[in-house]
Amino acid sequence: MATEFRLPELGENIKSGDLVRILVSVGDAVSQDQPVLELETDKATIEVPSPVAGKVREIFVKNGDKVNVGQLILTVDGDTGAAKSAATTAAKPEAAAAAPTRRAEAPASGTVKETPAPGESLGAESRVQAEAASPVVVPLKPVTEMGAHPLVPAAPSARRVAREMGVDIGAVHGSGPGGRISAEDVRHYARAALGAGEARTWGVAAPSLPDFAKWGEVERKPMSQIRRKTAEHMAQAWANVCQVTQFDQADVTHLEEIRKQYSERVEKSGGKLTVTAIALKVAAAALKVFPQFAASVDMARGEIVYKKYCHIGVAVDTERGLLVPVIRDVDRKNILQLSIELSQIAEKARNKKLTLDEMEGGVFTITNLGGIGGTYFSPIVNYPEVAILGISRSRLEPVYIRGQFEPRLMLPLSLSYDHRLIDGADAARFLRWVAEALEQPFLLPLQG
Amino acid sequence: MSPESHATQLVVVGGGPGGYAAAFLAADLGMQVALVDPEANPGGVCLYRGCIPSKALLHVAKLIEESRLAVNWGVKFAEPKIDVGKLRAWKDSVVGKLTGGLGQLAKQRNVRYVRGTASFLDSKTLSVKNQSGEEKLAFEHAILATGSRPAMIPGIPQDSPRVLDSTSALELADVPKSLLVVGGGYIGLELGTVYAALGSKVSVVEMEDGLMPGADRDLVNVLAKRLEKVFQSIMLKTKVVEMKDADKGIRVKFEGEGAKNGEQAYDKVLIAVGRKPNSNVPGLGNTKVIVNSRGYVQVNAQRQTTDPNIYAIGDVAGEPLLAHKASHEGRTAVEAIAGHKVAFEPRAIPAVVFTDPEIAWCGLSETEAQKQGRPVRVAKFPWGASGRAATLDRTDGLTKLVIDPETEHVLGVGIVGVGAGDLIAEGVLAIEMGALAKDIELTIHPHPTLSETVMQAAETYYGTATDFYRPKKK
Repeated sequence: MATEFRLPELGENIKSGDLVRILVSVGDAVSQDQPVLELETDKATIEVPSPVAGKVREIFVKNGDKVNVGQLILTVDGDTGAAKSAATTAAKPEAAAAAPTRRAEAPASGTVKETPAPGESLGAESRVQAEAASPVVVPLKPVTEMGAHPLVPAAPSARRVAREMGVDIGAVHGSGPGGRISAEDVRHYARAALGAGEARTWGVAAPSLPDFAKWGEVERKPMSQIRRKTAEHMAQAWANVCQVTQFDQADVTHLEEIRKQYSERVEKSGGKLTVTAIALKVAAAALKVFPQFAASVDMARGEIVYKKYCHIGVAVDTERGLLVPVIRDVDRKNILQLSIELSQIAEKARNKKLTLDEMEGGVFTITNLGGIGGTYFSPIVNYPEVAILGISRSRLEPVYIRGQFEPRLMLPLSLSYDHRLIDGADAARFLRWVAEALEQPFLLPLQG
Repeated sequence: MSPESHATQLVVVGGGPGGYAAAFLAADLGMQVALVDPEANPGGVCLYRGCIPSKALLHVAKLIEESRLAVNWGVKFAEPKIDVGKLRAWKDSVVGKLTGGLGQLAKQRNVRYVRGTASFLDSKTLSVKNQSGEEKLAFEHAILATGSRPAMIPGIPQDSPRVLDSTSALELADVPKSLLVVGGGYIGLELGTVYAALGSKVSVVEMEDGLMPGADRDLVNVLAKRLEKVFQSIMLKTKVVEMKDADKGIRVKFEGEGAKNGEQAYDKVLIAVGRKPNSNVPGLGNTKVIVNSRGYVQVNAQRQTTDPNIYAIGDVAGEPLLAHKASHEGRTAVEAIAGHKVAFEPRAIPAVVFTDPEIAWCGLSETEAQKQGRPVRVAKFPWGASGRAATLDRTDGLTKLVIDPETEHVLGVGIVGVGAGDLIAEGVLAIEMGALAKDIELTIHPHPTLSETVMQAAETYYGTATDFYRPKKK
């Protein structure tokens, strides 16, 4: 009897991925938990293990396909052993969470090629080779059944209205006693969502692209999953956040001396004492003083979500594109610890070892372009966060102090924030606080 | 002779309560529909060999029981004489009336009823065979509603006329002197109740540590207390290890806590260990339908299988194996085929055990809540405090509500007592509507009825039940 294998839930908010490659062929014997395909999702490459053992009967996808959660991947002809192991999987999810077998068992990339679509073969193959060098990324628990519908307090008629309108009833706020959702609540939600949608395209529907080829040669390449996701995320942030950018500069002459003085010691411990590491500590202290900069706006409920934790994202430039790993509990770590962790996580990002978990849960983001150059810029708020701190390259400038110009090392700071929640005066105060903390490092233990 | 060819928009394979509900709704929505089933009329297991005949017999069983109890109320009847032939004929007439009625309804709706056995030629064509020949039936959509059959246990003399399954037990060939029921689930207990009332000495053997495994113990205990009097013995945590067909009966060896020394002999043995889905539909391999390792056809929320043309509903599409779940799925599948945005997403599917007393529950049970580690509060109203139960001399009952302690939503309802199966409908509605315990408490229920116990259970939640004093919890 054939058991079907559908793409399991991969994590929150992940609905699909690009199939980098299939690790098995028709007729192959697979064991339970053996990785059968490699998927590039949002920002991590994932190996998906088989929930059952048996022989691969048919494969329904090919390399390069975009596959959705729940989509049929392949069928496995199970012997009795297969059925049994499927049963054990269901009974003991923790057993299934064990790390998948290494790729050694998987056939070489050349043999798994499943006749890619014409024109796609080149891109797909080169990607396969690029991926082959990198190790396994995220082990997954196989999900055997589709998730049950949550117990939403709504009458069947209200649930039907929601389905007909394409509204996820779980997202609707119930106005009745105990949060009971009426059909009117559903309609209200839909109207609000529609309103937001209208605001998004407000006046500027993207016109269709011209035929670029009439001006010269062009080449079209598919967007990588990361590029596509970044594009979607940025567009969403741009449309949903009322962004304003505040600029300031910090005199870091003194800080730079200290930084140089201690950088060797930090290096010995395995970290790198960078401006970003110091800025992390400063930001964490600033967020304690100005908690609204770590909040989120819930317009649907008319609430502000304050977070009692301090995880801060750091933008990392990688070959594959922009990644934002999140450093946990920045407020509870010292600069030395942050330096070490920052070096490690940036390295992980560049080596494609970041897991999805490591890119979630941030309350604030820091992006430092100082390594490249430039003065000020206006970073885009990393929605649903409400503020992002941009750092540029510091440079010596003449500063008028006590009746004369003195050469001082000035660091340009750019703070983009969501004006829905944060007023301009607060943003100016926040950024001044950050600048002063960088100017007078002693302020940190004194006030932070 | 080449087979006759027909074409239809929708074909429903299987004429049980799922299949005919689907076929009739599809016709009502304007589809051209064929319904395929081997029986003369629609009805399926439910009407021919399940719900309906068993309930007819249980009604008689209850009457017999009550006539015996009447002596307590000053009315003495002579011991009843049972004419098994006439009883069987009456039961068959009930089945005939209902299935005949369904045949009529199919005609009135222009549903083409094709008597025969279906096999799939591909994802768009069926072949239906019967005694008079074969026809090819092309379809745009098909709904698989082939139901389930009684499960058997290996190593028993299955062909022996002394070994019954639910189908043959309902045929009521005779009333055996002694009957062993293997399996303490609802089928075994219902049929055991029937045969006990008709005069059989009934023994029940169950592997688990209680009857009705999975149901809340406080409900089952009320039933078990009564069944202990009705049945000769109930052997729990006990297994049948050997069964041999001998001249004078079936000789059975047991193992476990309730096992008696040596072998026991029974005139008949009823195997009631569950049901298996009929997913071995001929030619299903010619379609893209996938059957999972437990034998159920894989379906999505619309009940669509992995073959986009083919849907599956009822027992063959998964648990719980209940007629009313099948009907609801059938309607969902048809609406999906008709292009409506629908999904099978009940918050509560009622389950009823038609024993005496009946047990019924829906939504989240207390047992399940504990298993999930979900905090709930349970409000109980014992029927000893119900006036109506007292007038029936049936205070062996309990109504309970499983309530979300934060929101006070009713998450589950469980009832044991006479008529529990009818009372549970209110609980299902409450859960589906997202009712609070307060809503039930504030709804006027008719006095004096057993339905009041639902309201009274809600009152006990707030510590203010008129008829039952329970000190308030802080």
